[in-house]
Amino acid sequence: MTAVTASTRGVVDLVFRAREASIVAALAVLVAVTAGANGNFLSTQGVKDIFLNAAILALLAVGQTFVIITRNIDLSVGSVVGLVAFTVGGFLAADHGRGVLLAVLLGVAIGALCGIVNGLLVSVGRVPALVVTLGTLYVIQGVDHYIAHGRQINAVDLPPALLSLGNGSVLGVPYLPLIAVVVMLAVGFYLRSYPSGRDFYAIGSSPEAAGLAGVPVRRRVMAAYLLSGALAGLAGVLWLARFGTVVADAANGWELQVVSAVVVGGVAITGGVGTVYGAALGALLLTTITSALVVLRVDPFWQQAITGALLLLAISVDRLLALRVARILRRRNARHGS
Amino acid sequence: MTESDDRTGTAVPVLALTGVSKSFGAVRALRGVTLELYAGEAHALAGENGAGKSTLVKTLSGVHRPDTGQVLLDGRPVEFHGPADAQAAGVAVIYQEPTLFPDLSIAENIFIGRHPRVRLGRIDRDRMHASTAELFARLGVPLDPRQPARGLSIADQQLVEIAKALSREARVLVMDEPTAALSGAEVARLFAVVKALREQGCAVLFISHRLDEIFELCQRVTTLRDGAWVASEPVAGLTHDDLVRRMVGRELDALYPKRGTVPGEVALKVHRLTREGVFTDVSFEVRRGEIVALAGLVGAGRSEVARAIFGVDRWDAGWVEVDGRLLPPASPTAAMSAGLALVPEDRRQQGLVMDQSIERNIGLTGLRSLRRSSLGPVISRAAERDRARDWAIRLRLKYNRLSDAVSVLSGGNQQKVVLGKWLSTRPRVLIVDEPTRGIDVGTKAEVHRLLSELAADGMAVLMISSDLPEVLGMADRVLVMQEGRLTADIPRDRATEESVMAAATGRAA
Repeated sequence: MTAVTASTRGVVDLVFRAREASIVAALAVLVAVTAGANGNFLSTQGVKDIFLNAAILALLAVGQTFVIITRNIDLSVGSVVGLVAFTVGGFLAADHGRGVLLAVLLGVAIGALCGIVNGLLVSVGRVPALVVTLGTLYVIQGVDHYIAHGRQINAVDLPPALLSLGNGSVLGVPYLPLIAVVVMLAVGFYLRSYPSGRDFYAIGSSPEAAGLAGVPVRRRVMAAYLLSGALAGLAGVLWLARFGTVVADAANGWELQVVSAVVVGGVAITGGVGTVYGAALGALLLTTITSALVVLRVDPFWQQAITGALLLLAISVDRLLALRVARILRRRNARHGS
Repeated sequence: MTESDDRTGTAVPVLALTGVSKSFGAVRALRGVTLELYAGEAHALAGENGAGKSTLVKTLSGVHRPDTGQVLLDGRPVEFHGPADAQAAGVAVIYQEPTLFPDLSIAENIFIGRHPRVRLGRIDRDRMHASTAELFARLGVPLDPRQPARGLSIADQQLVEIAKALSREARVLVMDEPTAALSGAEVARLFAVVKALREQGCAVLFISHRLDEIFELCQRVTTLRDGAWVASEPVAGLTHDDLVRRMVGRELDALYPKRGTVPGEVALKVHRLTREGVFTDVSFEVRRGEIVALAGLVGAGRSEVARAIFGVDRWDAGWVEVDGRLLPPASPTAAMSAGLALVPEDRRQQGLVMDQSIERNIGLTGLRSLRRSSLGPVISRAAERDRARDWAIRLRLKYNRLSDAVSVLSGGNQQKVVLGKWLSTRPRVLIVDEPTRGIDVGTKAEVHRLLSELAADGMAVLMISSDLPEVLGMADRVLVMQEGRLTADIPRDRATEESVMAAATGRAA
């Protein structure tokens, strides 16, 4: 009896840990194969580029994980990045005396505001998240285009301090991935180790039961959107810092990449399951694939198709594993139930 | 009649409702209801479906706030602004379908919202697992605190809920039909746990449609009818008939109005049907005019046999004949056109489209015959409505409008809609899986009358049921399954509780 229980726990644990491990394995294979075909792939610049690109995606994925774990979705993040990048760019271009910290705060505040709008509509208005954030995706994009009016922000207009945030490094580690890792670790620790962090999983696992158990569902869903928006705001500032040149439709369509990264990273789209570590690894994997395909001179069309195929693979594997785990648990229960 | 208990004078009830009313739109769910729960006493709440029991439970648990009247805790009025308030006051509710988080571990399910913590507010997982193991040891339940709740049987899920109540040191335990989906052994284990809690001074409110259970577990009973309080009285001295009369408000027609019929030719023949790991070598026949019960413990494979016959699941060996013609495997469409109908066990998940109207639900099985011939594959709304009205009358359905969503109907009336949906296909063989589970006595008698009439008209009926009195009262023959095998075929005159249970549990009869 105890032997059965212990082995069941082993299997279940393994399945959930296996996701992070298998992403790392996939990354290793991908890097090895690509580097074998083209030595430049592992050049210092090449690796740095991958991490710089992955950092912004990973930040967004961490925010998105929060939302998806509560069985919701935030499709507006790409638009928020675009809006923040442009407005903060304009803000800094207008007066070079304005500091980087102020810019970051402004960006996070704008993102948080967008998050609050999403959160209110979803949690208080009880409108399905898909519809709400699809709506705000277009609304925010529209606002961005209105503000931009066809202009663009150029790197020369921006203070050098900001640009060095995007491309500089400390002890050889670029700032961007450092920020992403710090945020990921903080959020991951919070979600796992704090009672309020566990509420998010409870809500996604069974919204009805969460309400009955006295979990403040609305407040937590609100918080998830707030955090997703704030991180998208931060990502917007980092985007500006990294690319310098920004037009109104920056980060257009990124929301789908973010959701892909999160799902590939093992966060269940139906809520309740997954970690920010997995999501961030998913972001790194997707970015690496894109870079590898460029290095391998694969047609850009295939890059998207491969991302899509990977998504389908991840979801199929999840489904298969879920069925297998369910079967194991059922067998175990049959044994001690009757 | 109602103030015979001297306790009422001396002790203060732990939790009480006085003159509570609650309306939802035009529906008055509760009208001036009074209820008193005392420490160390198990109190039953009886009433038909729609009598207001669930609304009352939700008022106690803080989900609903009363329109008028008061909730009293230790004699002092309180207001619960939500489930969290009620929990903080020591009220634990166990719903019919347990409300666990499938993705969280069992221990987290128990401690959600009140995790033990270490410094800086972090969760103390070791302590959480140890406390959970301790709770399970007290309850005598062999469950692993670290296992996810997904995959637990309903019985185990309820025990997790009880452990949760225990860990909160709940003073009031409210159980809303906890036994509806449990087997006999599981009910016994549950009752042992509840009795122990009661003896430790917990007040228990127990809801069940099985009157035997009320008599076994409870000391007092409050009866509701149509949202109004009827009586509160000690259970001792009451008879089943008294209780039924209070619930129904009239003398009940016979609960098992079985008419004698002469079985005709074989309508359904199942030969050595096997689905690996689920059921093995199952053979039986059902004749026209016959009601054959398929009895056994929950998990014996009865529903699975029904699903295979109807083609929902495939089978690995054997064959099925309807009216002498072989049925192709795994095709519900072929089964339907051969004249089979399956009324599934879980009406909410498998039997109904809850958000759609009564007429749509009834029409769903006959979309082809509802076509307007001149327009090709276009459904005639008028024909759909006519059919629904026809069946609503025959089944004595209680409804407002046929265009209402079935989700607003009570459980018994929902079951009638599922029956109507399948009977409107005019089946030759009807398979019903737990046709009266969770239905009040009044509706139960109506369903039995209907099955009896259908058999008298020459339909072959296969009835899966865990309700032994129903099996014995309704069936011409009783088939018993145990662990995936058919272990007995008992004719009506030799079927007794003992002979059926012996075959179901594998003890020699």
